[in-house]
Amino acid sequence: MAEAESVLGPLAVPAREGAKPFFDQVHDWIVTVDHKRLGIMYIVYALVFLVIGGIEATIMRIQLAIPHNHFVSPQVFNQMFTMHGTTMIFFVAMPVMFGFANYLAPLMIGARDMAFPRLNAFSFWMSALGGIILYFSFLGGSGLYGAGSAPDVGWFAYAPLTSQAFSPGHSTDYWIIGLLVSGVGSIGTALNIATTILCMRCPGMTVGRMPLFTWLNLVMSGLVLVVVSPLTAAQIMLLLDRYLGAHFFDTQAGGSAVIWMHFFWIFGHPEVYVLIIPAFAFISEIVPVFSRKPIFGYSIMVAATVTIGFISLGVWAHHMFTIGMTSYGNAFFVASTMAISVPTGIKIFNWLGTMWGGKIVFKTPMLFCIGFLFQFLIAGLTGIMLSAAPFNWQLSGSYFVIAHFHYVIVGGILFALFAAFYYWFPKMSGKMYDETLGKWHFWLFVIGFHLTFDFMHIPGILGMPRRIYTYEPGRGWEIWNLIISIGVVFQILGTLLFVLNLVWSYFKGKTASNDPWDAWTLEWATASPPPEYNFATIPEVRSRRPLWDLKHPEDPDWKYE
Amino acid sequence: MGAAHLCLANVAFAAATGSPDIPSIFSPASTPADSIYHLSLFVLEVCFVIFVVVFSLLAYSVVKFRRRPGDDGREPAQIYGSNQVELAWTVIPIVIVVVLFLASARVIHAVEDYRFPPGTTEVTAVGHQFWWEFQYPQQGFVTANELHVPVSDPAQSTPTHITLLSADTDHSFWVPKLAGKTDLIPNRTNNMWIDPHETGVYVGQCAQYCGTQHAKMLLRVIVQSRDDFNRWVAEQQRPAQNDSNVARGRQVFESTACVNCHTISGSGAHGKFGPDLTHLMSRETIAAGAALNNRENLRQWIKDPDVFKPGSLMPAMQLDEQDLNAVTDYLLSLY
Repeated sequence: MAEAESVLGPLAVPAREGAKPFFDQVHDWIVTVDHKRLGIMYIVYALVFLVIGGIEATIMRIQLAIPHNHFVSPQVFNQMFTMHGTTMIFFVAMPVMFGFANYLAPLMIGARDMAFPRLNAFSFWMSALGGIILYFSFLGGSGLYGAGSAPDVGWFAYAPLTSQAFSPGHSTDYWIIGLLVSGVGSIGTALNIATTILCMRCPGMTVGRMPLFTWLNLVMSGLVLVVVSPLTAAQIMLLLDRYLGAHFFDTQAGGSAVIWMHFFWIFGHPEVYVLIIPAFAFISEIVPVFSRKPIFGYSIMVAATVTIGFISLGVWAHHMFTIGMTSYGNAFFVASTMAISVPTGIKIFNWLGTMWGGKIVFKTPMLFCIGFLFQFLIAGLTGIMLSAAPFNWQLSGSYFVIAHFHYVIVGGILFALFAAFYYWFPKMSGKMYDETLGKWHFWLFVIGFHLTFDFMHIPGILGMPRRIYTYEPGRGWEIWNLIISIGVVFQILGTLLFVLNLVWSYFKGKTASNDPWDAWTLEWATASPPPEYNFATIPEVRSRRPLWDLKHPEDPDWKYE
Repeated sequence: MGAAHLCLANVAFAAATGSPDIPSIFSPASTPADSIYHLSLFVLEVCFVIFVVVFSLLAYSVVKFRRRPGDDGREPAQIYGSNQVELAWTVIPIVIVVVLFLASARVIHAVEDYRFPPGTTEVTAVGHQFWWEFQYPQQGFVTANELHVPVSDPAQSTPTHITLLSADTDHSFWVPKLAGKTDLIPNRTNNMWIDPHETGVYVGQCAQYCGTQHAKMLLRVIVQSRDDFNRWVAEQQRPAQNDSNVARGRQVFESTACVNCHTISGSGAHGKFGPDLTHLMSRETIAAGAALNNRENLRQWIKDPDVFKPGSLMPAMQLDEQDLNAVTDYLLSLY
């Protein structure tokens, strides 16, 4: 198939970048409103912060490798875990998910751009500004007092530690304003993604024929709109407390520390689903293609996702089982939290149902999907343990919790992201990645992940709390902490191979065809990389797998749907 | 790997049960920790069964349905779903969830809605950056960092009820062998209880990030026989020793900033920000467990607290050698 051809008809050859001077190219990127360029900018921005957040994690793991270590001071350690958590959630996971949704959603629904291209650019730059503000605290955190300092209040910044009395200087202000600004960007992008998916679908693409990817990103966007707002409100209230003498969270003046917890976790728990639902979206696209079967139970998958979205708004206080709620309050949040495991389980079973009876091809994206399924299963089970409030009274705030949510975020979300990177890299760059390097990346990362996060459960069970910069020897924690830290080495090696693979393949890789995976959704119907306007003619679809219909005219999907 | 993971964890727990210094949640020594332990075993068993079933399905699919060498290149049968199967894997998890909820609710009720029998020992724990204040309102004295409680009578439970308050930021009281953790939150009164079955020292520490030295806000619970406990109470109720050999140290103590933060009953020191020092030498550790309580460490602590606890709120006292030794000697007299 010629470069300029696609299954939908001829396409203009994309303009060659090399023709323009470097400065003009940079200028083009900065002023762009093209969803694909903004998508790539979100992704690259997130990757830069992934490396920064990873360095912060590495510093913590060096410090904790042995008891009574003096690698960093307690002040620096506390800044590291605050910045690591804040960075990974707000400046890695969210932007990278927005980036993929930005890039892929219009292509998958046969649209030429997002609904609001300028809002799209505005949102990206707001998110970027938020990250820059947060990191500027390293230089300007103490204001006029001299050397800078990063915030050290923890990523959920419990009151009253954030009040002027306990956090003088400006480091906490940078944390507040960084999140406030990037939150505006998140709301803008969520609005844009939801509008695009609802209003820009090509002829024939009813909501029941949308790829699951777009369905799941629609639910994610709805959640962002609902839950980022209370966080933004809480940040403004905290600023009022700090500078205008309000007393929302100022316990020394009768404010409530618990109200902050409610505000934060009504955002914080659905936030987990804001991140994992797009990860589900990747899995739901990649597993069928590499199993050579359509997704099992499409409508049930949609229903389960919407159910997860709704229930996730009613589980937040399971982060607060130890604050002394009444037995009735605790029982309610046990029930709602356990309930969410039902639709989540349904999703896992449907992915297994998709693989069942297929012909599974073990390319790198599929390997990461299988890693995801295995690890997400364990993450879900430790989640059930934590949802039993009495068990939680022991496990909460311990290394068991750290292990649990890293199983979700690294074992689940990051593995799904790696799968997505390898799967859509040919489409985004027009080049194939190196399969051997990809497999090395997978196996190194699996080893590193399991060394670090499997063994991290144990010190938690042995009574080791989170957020401590050092620990006493003789409590049975030393060996586990050493193993956890050794795992980091493998994760770093894997990540280096990943970055190397992307960069090398981008410049030297083999040219990718338009449809290297023999896939079924519309992004594979256009050139790799797609031209600025995506499709020469707007496609018309009759089923959930338009390219299957084109490739198998004798047995099209629309006969069965 | 998951199964190996569980096995390794079991080895760790077995080791932990034997050693008194490992604060494992799986070697409970008090009723709340014990009922949590039994619930957690049940939850672990259920989760293990789910893991085995789902993992087997995953492993089977990956092995059985892989594309084999020499494949004919034809697409497999295109299956779109099955309502019967969906129904099955919806109903079974719902049943499991209901069972787990009921089991949890039972323990929540038993621990939180516990009725205190007569003879309950009352203690008020106040969290400070970065140490613990323990008030004994029934007996009328205050101590710090090392909580003494009587062992519970096995025939008839004689628990200790702990009222939890905070003087500054959030903290959390966690001694894994005795009970789950409960937070100490400013402007809020929380409660917990323990009824230790055996005498001994139980270690724990603050489990809610409270500032720079959160890591060294350690906690010791010393469970004593009823007689030993009563003897300890009687000692704590006495005013401080007044040894004329250390009058100079006492004079330095009372004429410097020490008195702003510390109380020594029967002297001019009535400060509330730092630990009560009336019977300092009855404690095994100083600085909330950061160092053993001996002459060398005490002297170092007064000279430069950052050596043990960088970021602690105790300032370096800037005393000359003579005064430093005198104050140290004075503190060493406070039995």
